[in-house]
Amino acid sequence: MPSLTDFLIVAALLFGLGIGGIILNRKNMITILMSIELILLSVNTNFVAFSYFLGNYVGQVFVFFVLTVAAAEAAIGLAILVVFYRKRGTIEVQDFDTLKG
Amino acid sequence: MNNFLLWTALVTVLLPLAGSIIAGLFGKLLGRTMTHRIAVTLVGMSFLLSCYLFKQFVIDGYPAISDNFYTWATAGIAHFEVGFLLDRLSATMIMVVLFIAFMVHIYSIGYMADDPGYQHFFSYVSLFTFSMLVLVLANNFLVLFFGWEGVGLVSYLLIGFWYKRESASFAGLKAFIVNRIGDMGFILAIAAILMYFGSLAYTDVFGQASALADQTMPLLPNYQAPLMTVICLLLFIGAMGKSAQVPLHVWLPESMEGPTPISALIHAATMVTAGIYMVARMSPLFEFSPAVLSFILVIGGTGALFMGLVAVVQYDIKRVIAYSTLSQLGYMAVALGASAYDAAIFHLITHAFFKALLFLAAGSVIIALHHEQDMRKMGGLAAYLPVTYLTFVIGTLALCAIPPFSGFYSKDIIIEAVKLSTLPGARYAYFCVLIGAFVTPLYMFRALFMTFHTNERVALEWRDHIKESPMVVLMPLVALAIPSVIIGQVLVEPMLFAQSKLLGNTIFVLPEHNVLTQLSVDYHGAKLMALEAGKTLTFWLAIAGILTAWLFTAVFPQWSTAFKKRFAWIYRILVAKYGFDDFNQIVLVHGTQETGHLFYDVSDVKLIDGVGVNGSGRLISWFAGTARRLQSGYVYHYALSMILGVVVFLAWYVGGF
Repeated sequence: MPSLTDFLIVAALLFGLGIGGIILNRKNMITILMSIELILLSVNTNFVAFSYFLGNYVGQVFVFFVLTVAAAEAAIGLAILVVFYRKRGTIEVQDFDTLKG
Repeated sequence: MNNFLLWTALVTVLLPLAGSIIAGLFGKLLGRTMTHRIAVTLVGMSFLLSCYLFKQFVIDGYPAISDNFYTWATAGIAHFEVGFLLDRLSATMIMVVLFIAFMVHIYSIGYMADDPGYQHFFSYVSLFTFSMLVLVLANNFLVLFFGWEGVGLVSYLLIGFWYKRESASFAGLKAFIVNRIGDMGFILAIAAILMYFGSLAYTDVFGQASALADQTMPLLPNYQAPLMTVICLLLFIGAMGKSAQVPLHVWLPESMEGPTPISALIHAATMVTAGIYMVARMSPLFEFSPAVLSFILVIGGTGALFMGLVAVVQYDIKRVIAYSTLSQLGYMAVALGASAYDAAIFHLITHAFFKALLFLAAGSVIIALHHEQDMRKMGGLAAYLPVTYLTFVIGTLALCAIPPFSGFYSKDIIIEAVKLSTLPGARYAYFCVLIGAFVTPLYMFRALFMTFHTNERVALEWRDHIKESPMVVLMPLVALAIPSVIIGQVLVEPMLFAQSKLLGNTIFVLPEHNVLTQLSVDYHGAKLMALEAGKTLTFWLAIAGILTAWLFTAVFPQWSTAFKKRFAWIYRILVAKYGFDDFNQIVLVHGTQETGHLFYDVSDVKLIDGVGVNGSGRLISWFAGTARRLQSGYVYHYALSMILGVVVFLAWYVGGF
């Protein structure tokens, strides 16, 4: 049985991957969406791990809420992406610079 | 009686001011005739009142009155009062001033007849008279300073009266600025007096003069200067500005840009006499500072001789007379330096009459020739302008110290007095005034011959139009010619040699400086003095001057051309007026301008504008431009900065630092 620390390490790695995916990615915007999912899952992993080791099920209940929200967010994100592609003809992240000052 | 006389003096002073205000504010409403009638009448009334005051104080010997009308301000120990001092000196002065002013007012009716600024002119002339009266009658340094500045201001207005001419407005400005330099010294002197005497009233200051004679004041760190010398030197610097002593004389020849009546007024009664009067008035202070008296001797002597030499090469008739004024002011200063204050005032009075006469006569010539002032375009005018000619001759003879004209007495006494003075510098001054006695007739008779004799050089088309000036111009000439002839004989005894002198105790002379008493031993009456003139060197110098002028201008004009060629370098120095003007123009004016440009370029343009104003603007825009690059518009950059922010906050929160 892996210890709490192992779980936390896995979660941290996932979180780091997610962050890295957001920051380093220059090309596909879908990667960003996937990275956000990774971050959310790493948080979920933390929730579940603490819930298990501390014997408190509220954490696991919370995971369901997070998953629901993540699903909704992915749906909205993809929808925006489609609209965006229609409008601009590209989903490359480095082309998204309309916020530039 | 005291009150009555004091109020009389106040009315005397205020009448010209009233004339000035009426002419200035309501001149257009009243029209020309009414304006000059009012202005002339008021000054005339003022003159009559001054005659009454003269009778009371000088002839009847009423004791001096010094009283205040009004307290202007009080600050600690300093009380600033407005008050008058009526005594023999001020009563004599105001009468002379008002007589000349009155004549100039009358003369201006004719001289300014077709000038568009007629009413303004009368307003200014009356204001000039008023300022001078305040200056003369002041009983403390503050009122003196008020009159002093008033005279300076109006001189600026009047010299620049024809302000559309560039040279006139330049001359006005020059007079004003040069006077400011003198006034700087004067106001410092007033400050020093207030500091050490604790009062500005004449009576208080003069009362303490002997007690403070040996006092010193810290002038520089580790240097104590004698107080009296500092004060008197500063006062005399003020007098140098007003009385046009070398090297602050440069404004006076330029003042010829003003209308001729103004030249007469400035040179005879107001303005330039102010400095001489002031030094005479301050005799209780100057007597305790022999160093400054020596300084005055040297400055005065230099002016008396060297300014006279410049007059010899001038061609503008008014400028010749202007340089003669500088020379005569030098004589007055020399008299002051030799402690012969009475003689200085005496020369001031005689000079006032004959110099006003000369200017007004020159003005009459100028009117006749339709404002031509160049003597090379005159000549042979005696036949056309007999009255002007006669009065000009009288003025010239008086100026050249030919007995028995008035200038003879005053100038001869000054030369004799300097001879007796034992102060350092007196030998030099004596030498200067002695040579000056030769130079004066030289330039005056040169002007006289060039203007009235020799062949006619007036343009042909003008010749038929030359006619004698109107009565209103000639009347003042005659009225001034009479005193120019007789005033010397009348006044020499009461002013200088009588048991109780005309100016009485208003002049203070230390016994060891008293040259006039020594002179009085040899004095045996005015007539005898004139008759014995042949025994004196000055008389023969004057005759030699006249002869030289006659030979060089009338008989052998080619001599003067040859002389100019032979001594070209002297001629050039004289025409350049010893380079004072060039020096001022190049070193002072251009120096100031260059310094100004330098400061403008460096501190204004580069430092304030470049670094301060535009620099801070540039800094902000540079900073914004740099900060702008952070706004790349890429979501992942924002995400990164968010993460970094979170990391920093986390580290701060967890690490606790």
